[in-house]
Amino acid sequence: MGAQLRVLRRRIASTQSIKKITKAQELVATSRIGKAQERVAASLPYAQAITGVLTALASNCDVNHPLLVARPVVRRAGVLIITSDKGMCGGYNSNVLRTGERLVAKLAAEGKNPVMYVTGQKGATYFKFRGRELAGEWSGFSQSPTVADAQEVARTLITAFVNGADDDLDSPGPDGILGVDELFIVSTKFVSMVTQTPQALNLAPMHVEEVQGDKGLLPAYEFEPNAEELLDALLPKYLVTRIYAALIDSAASESAARRRAMKSATDNAEEMIKTLTRERNAARQAEITQEISEIVGGANALAAAGSED
Amino acid sequence: MAELLNVEIVAVEAKVWSGQAEMLIARTTEGELGVLHGHSPLLGELADPGNVRIKLADGEEVAYTVNGGFLSVTSNGVTILAETCQPAVASAANAH
Repeated sequence: MGAQLRVLRRRIASTQSIKKITKAQELVATSRIGKAQERVAASLPYAQAITGVLTALASNCDVNHPLLVARPVVRRAGVLIITSDKGMCGGYNSNVLRTGERLVAKLAAEGKNPVMYVTGQKGATYFKFRGRELAGEWSGFSQSPTVADAQEVARTLITAFVNGADDDLDSPGPDGILGVDELFIVSTKFVSMVTQTPQALNLAPMHVEEVQGDKGLLPAYEFEPNAEELLDALLPKYLVTRIYAALIDSAASESAARRRAMKSATDNAEEMIKTLTRERNAARQAEITQEISEIVGGANALAAAGSED
Repeated sequence: MAELLNVEIVAVEAKVWSGQAEMLIARTTEGELGVLHGHSPLLGELADPGNVRIKLADGEEVAYTVNGGFLSVTSNGVTILAETCQPAVASAANAH
């Protein structure tokens, strides 16, 4: 068998097995999008309820909770970036990391010192490879984040935020721990199956929006224990909800991005198999033609040699 | 019979239970309380972990163990907000 033909056969075989892998990834991602979207839908009742409760609380008591008040001087700003654990999802990670870098650059330009927190293996690797320090990293749950994961992330962030209250310009304050004065979250919003947009949102301090008008319609609530203690207990839970929402939205986006990337990889593999098969057929035909002409040439030479005798 | 109460139990990950009930019994950090239809608006932090029992109109009872929960009573009904929530074991449901 000719060398060219053998090489072509091998390339076709390996392209075919690549296609099998990408096709399987595409199918898995497709089924995961549905599941992730169901989880987003399932989390909405709680998000609505906690927003309603917070609205009622905020209009019934003074809003001077540390999580609600903007600090006069912001020295350090925490940025949480949500990435995936695995690759093969097209531009998903680079898009969210680029948005994160842009936010970090903007914060640095404002004279703030950015502190990075990352979820997902890909983001952690990105920053480690560049020798950048991470204040916190979590991984292993990018495909199916749970409330417990969100709680763990939130605990670290809230601790850093609360510790930041008494920091001096460069040194940690009386508590001896360097904290942050602002928190941001960079995640990917699931717009549709084909569009996922990275976005940077403010996490803390939260902004209290004054809603004009209808205040008289809010029921006069009784509070147990009292409004301030309730706000104290509720705000961290609200942050957990925000982080959880960002995690599941990003999980849906990750699957959608992977489905699209794997779909085009499968299409490309198919295209390549088609081209390579044509080349293989041409090479085989060329080999047969050559063999025939060699045989004919050899027979003619023998016949010519015989007639001379 | 008294009018029924709209009850919703929502956890962060999903809505756990919703429906109409005669009474809801829960324990806040201050003490146990029962909510009937027409209860005045109330916001409370639930004991952690706390049991929430729902008495249905047909006398049956549903019980849940709630972690990190809040109770919100409005004119529309009761909403229990929970971080996590599991159905309580049968023995706990009957012990009252």
